[in-house]
Amino acid sequence: MTKPAQKPVLEFGTVKPGARPWAPLEERPKCCEPRPFVRTEGLSVFYGSRAAIREVSLSVNRGCITALVGPSGCGKTSFLCALNRMTDLIPGAKVYGRVELSGEDILDAGADVVALRRRVGMIFQKPNPFPLSVRRNLELPLREHGVRDRSAIEEKVERALRDVGLWEEVKDRLDAPAQALSGGQQQRLCIARALALDPEALLFDEPCSALDPLAAGVVEDRIASLRGRYSVVIVTHNLAQARRIADWVALFWMIDGAGRLVEYGSSKAVFEAATHPITAAYISGIRG
Amino acid sequence: MADALTAPVAATPARADGALRETAALVAVWGTAALIAGVFLWILGELVWNGVGALSWEYLTSAPREAGRAGGIAPILVSTLAILGVCLAATVPIAFGSAVFLAEYTSDAGRFGRVVRTSLDVLAGVPSIVFGLFGNAFFCRTLGLGFSILSGGLTLACMALPLVIRSTEEGLRAVPREYRMGAAALALSRTTTLFRLLLPAAVPGLTAGLVLGIGRALAETAALIFTSGYVDRMPSSLLDSGRALSIHVYDLSMNVAGGDRNAYASALVLVGLLLLVNGVAGALSALWRRRLAAP
Amino acid sequence: MPHPGRDRALLWTLRLFAVSSVAIVLLVVAFVSGESAPALAEVGPVRFFSDPSWHPASGFFNMVPMLAGTVLVSAGALLLAAPLGVLSAIFLQFYAPPALRSYWRNLIGLLAGIPSVVYGFWGLVSLVPLINRLHPPGQSLLAGILVLALMVLPTIALLSDAALESVPAHYLRSAAALGLSRWGTVSGVVLPAARGGILTGVALAAARAVGETMAVLMVCGNVVRMPEGLFDPVRTLTANIALEMAYAGSAHRSALFVSGLALLAIVALGAGFSEAARRKVVANG
Repeated sequence: MTKPAQKPVLEFGTVKPGARPWAPLEERPKCCEPRPFVRTEGLSVFYGSRAAIREVSLSVNRGCITALVGPSGCGKTSFLCALNRMTDLIPGAKVYGRVELSGEDILDAGADVVALRRRVGMIFQKPNPFPLSVRRNLELPLREHGVRDRSAIEEKVERALRDVGLWEEVKDRLDAPAQALSGGQQQRLCIARALALDPEALLFDEPCSALDPLAAGVVEDRIASLRGRYSVVIVTHNLAQARRIADWVALFWMIDGAGRLVEYGSSKAVFEAATHPITAAYISGIRG
Repeated sequence: MADALTAPVAATPARADGALRETAALVAVWGTAALIAGVFLWILGELVWNGVGALSWEYLTSAPREAGRAGGIAPILVSTLAILGVCLAATVPIAFGSAVFLAEYTSDAGRFGRVVRTSLDVLAGVPSIVFGLFGNAFFCRTLGLGFSILSGGLTLACMALPLVIRSTEEGLRAVPREYRMGAAALALSRTTTLFRLLLPAAVPGLTAGLVLGIGRALAETAALIFTSGYVDRMPSSLLDSGRALSIHVYDLSMNVAGGDRNAYASALVLVGLLLLVNGVAGALSALWRRRLAAP
Repeated sequence: MPHPGRDRALLWTLRLFAVSSVAIVLLVVAFVSGESAPALAEVGPVRFFSDPSWHPASGFFNMVPMLAGTVLVSAGALLLAAPLGVLSAIFLQFYAPPALRSYWRNLIGLLAGIPSVVYGFWGLVSLVPLINRLHPPGQSLLAGILVLALMVLPTIALLSDAALESVPAHYLRSAAALGLSRWGTVSGVVLPAARGGILTGVALAAARAVGETMAVLMVCGNVVRMPEGLFDPVRTLTANIALEMAYAGSAHRSALFVSGLALLAIVALGAGFSEAARRKVVANG
């Protein structure tokens, strides 16, 4: 630890000195009128014979940040994975129902998974940069998707890194191994890697929970800054985080051995006027 | 770790019979270790003591005379390397292909994967002399390759295959799952994922597999007796019979009176070659890991 | 969108390679049984046990002495190697000073890598003369057992080591918390927990012992006779093939393939048993 000791602890995040930690929510969303980007209808995910989620119908609105909250094991991640067919990679996983993106059912056998995953990127709980240099981490997917021109690649790399506030930190060591970066930097690199492909939506699976609080704050700010430009779905255990950044909140709960969608609405509605008793109990910290 | 946990416990005073048992165990364990190390040193010492005198540059570069009692082992070294080359040329593509298939495309429950895995287990258990019989019947006779370096190398390839596949597969499976998920989320093709991410990360496993395969091939004798044959002349093509180093050791010690001195030297060369392969592979693997890992 | 085509080509290439492993197994079984078919048809399976002697040139095919040789040498080697191998693993995991451990692993690895012909040669030039002084002729069942035990010891040691290593750390912690001594922990907690892995190691070593050719060929004396004691020479099935294949005529050659088939059967049976034993151990926790 070489940092000076008198450095303020609370320099991160959206909490300003003097503000109440839970400031009353303004009636977001302004930036994103409720226009659906992805719609699921009766979506169920099974692992073998066990249902992870059952009959979830929900619309994710374009340009908004939608938070999926609820206790562990209630199917939030399964729901997220179904949205860009990462469920294909889980042995024994079966998906039923409809997931509609621009009017097409992406669960259809004939759907173009490659195109889907380019449109809908994903960031995982544990930062997973490839064991390559910082630059190569961004270059590899770009080249794969047909960007060959050197200057175009360099421009996209820089833009993506600036977008996540990493450019100034790594511009002098683009050829250093990505795994030499700190955890928070690695996670922002992963976000940059997804952004470089110009997706329309980004799925985050608890992106901050493997990071220390300072780094988590930085990453959270970056995610919040995506509002309006990308549709964002974020799984989080952290209600305070959902309250800070989400425009829409969906609460999942385990009912009869399977994850169900209990409540879905604007952040203000869910946090301040929950209709379902489970939601009210969960929000106020009585359950969960 | 185990030591740190158990050491202070062992130091606590115990009842007399317990202490006696503890001492007996200590003696047995250390005694076994000393015995094993002693025999190892005996074997190695005997080889070096008796073999190093006969070893010279000339021994490595001249042809054997008087059935190997005099002269060197040059043609035998050439045949050995040629057999090894044939074996590797056949093993490497098949083994890497199969390993990638097993690790990346089959689950433990899948049917085809299970068939392949069982086949490999069977293959790994087949005695080398049976491979010799098979090689003689299939490569030498049915395919008409005769007693040749080609027959011997291909027979060895069948033997080395399960070892190399296993180790390569394990290397691939040890690559973190996060890389595959990350690659899929970026819509990378499986080909790119494999060649750009997984194989580079699996190199230590691949090397270990290759070393095992080379070790097995160099050490093998029984499978070569009736496939590559005994001829100790310099081979002029892969279809010539060629005597492997291990067969040379066998022949000198069993069939040639007065061949012991050169048998020691040949055995020393053989063990030296194996050590060399191990050492080089270990160094390469460490180098690669250092390059890959974060500083 | 170039991927799907490329990916499909890759998958089919890989499948082709994987199929070739299966093909080799089928070829081995097909050719070994195909070549032994004439002898099995003409001589019949019974006479391999009931003929007065093994003189294939004169039409006598009694394999029992060689079968006995194989079984005796392998069993003796295992009896010797199993305790030593397990003790070596215990030494490595619980007794060796940390600085010694990597050296010990390397030493066992080197022992495993020494070619069988070198073990045989060493046995021939150093062990056999010693035994000869004790009781001539020296080339004997005992020599075979000793050399073979040395050869399979690394297999048992390495697999036992892996088995001991995989014993969960919390077992060790709770053993320590209960005040068990070092040997008490090893014998009471670790060995029972690791017995599945140790058994697998012994089974693999057994397969290796039965299949070993060169070392036993070089030190056992190779007389086709039922041994009456440890100092009598024996001939194993494997040595028999190696010795006679070079000059075998057609019926004789076929009979040798029958012994190859018998070796395959023994190894397959052993693998089946050990798999069943392992499952049982796993099922019993």
